Amino acid sequence: MVRPKARPTSPHLQIWRWGPNMLVSILHRATGVAMGTVGLALFVWWLAALAGGEDSYARFLSWFTGPYFIVGYVVGIGLSFALFQHIGNGVRHFFMDIGANFELNGNRKSAVATIVFAVCATAALWAWLLVGKQ
Amino acid sequence: MGNGTSIGRVRGLGSAKAGAHHFWHQRLTAISNLVLMLWLVLSLALLPSYDYDTVYGWVSSAWGAVPLLLLATSVFYHAKMGLQTVIEDYQHDETRVVALVVLNLVYGAGWLLAAFSILRIAFTGTPE
Repeated sequence: MVRPKARPTSPHLQIWRWGPNMLVSILHRATGVAMGTVGLALFVWWLAALAGGEDSYARFLSWFTGPYFIVGYVVGIGLSFALFQHIGNGVRHFFMDIGANFELNGNRKSAVATIVFAVCATAALWAWLLVGKQ
Repeated sequence: MGNGTSIGRVRGLGSAKAGAHHFWHQRLTAISNLVLMLWLVLSLALLPSYDYDTVYGWVSSAWGAVPLLLLATSVFYHAKMGLQTVIEDYQHDETRVVALVVLNLVYGAGWLLAAFSILRIAFTGTPE
């Protein structure tokens, strides 16, 4: 099929003025891609290592307890923030899917709320794992 | 075919009468992901420890294995559809087809590996 070369494209990141709405919009895609690649790789590695026996599980766990534990923590905290941000904005999208929450003010506030939720939920989860549980 | 302008061909063919399933399945799996991922985070957070025996025992129980299988299925499907959308948005030339085929293969294989691991743990039982 022959296409005209320079097709008009929709405005990209550098065109829009940054605001909470467009920030959570691009964050939704970024967090989704991060979880769909890094997160699922980690998920499959965890299960395969566990199924493989004690040695392979110990190798998996060493990334969270051994000398490179900082790598495991950065990935873990990053993925949990991505999950909570994606959940928050995903629920916000359900409202928009039924035609609600398109008023500018409410929409903007709900966008900010998803970020506040993600930061608080991530902090609460890791406070529990690192302090509350011990 | 082969004659006329692009818009003329579109007018002649009309809509494909298909395509809404992607949007719909993305929403359905979003709901199941929401429930299952919150379950996973809570379950992991509440595990007494993360040593081999504890985690193996949890995954091998029906309360661990069955929701994990559902989660793997729902999340892999949702992620595959999401990344498909990203590829369709940014890949405009023929490489799009290659990327989409590779995506399907990788996510099919990834899901199978996850499911096989869960089933192997569940059917092997708690180790001595």
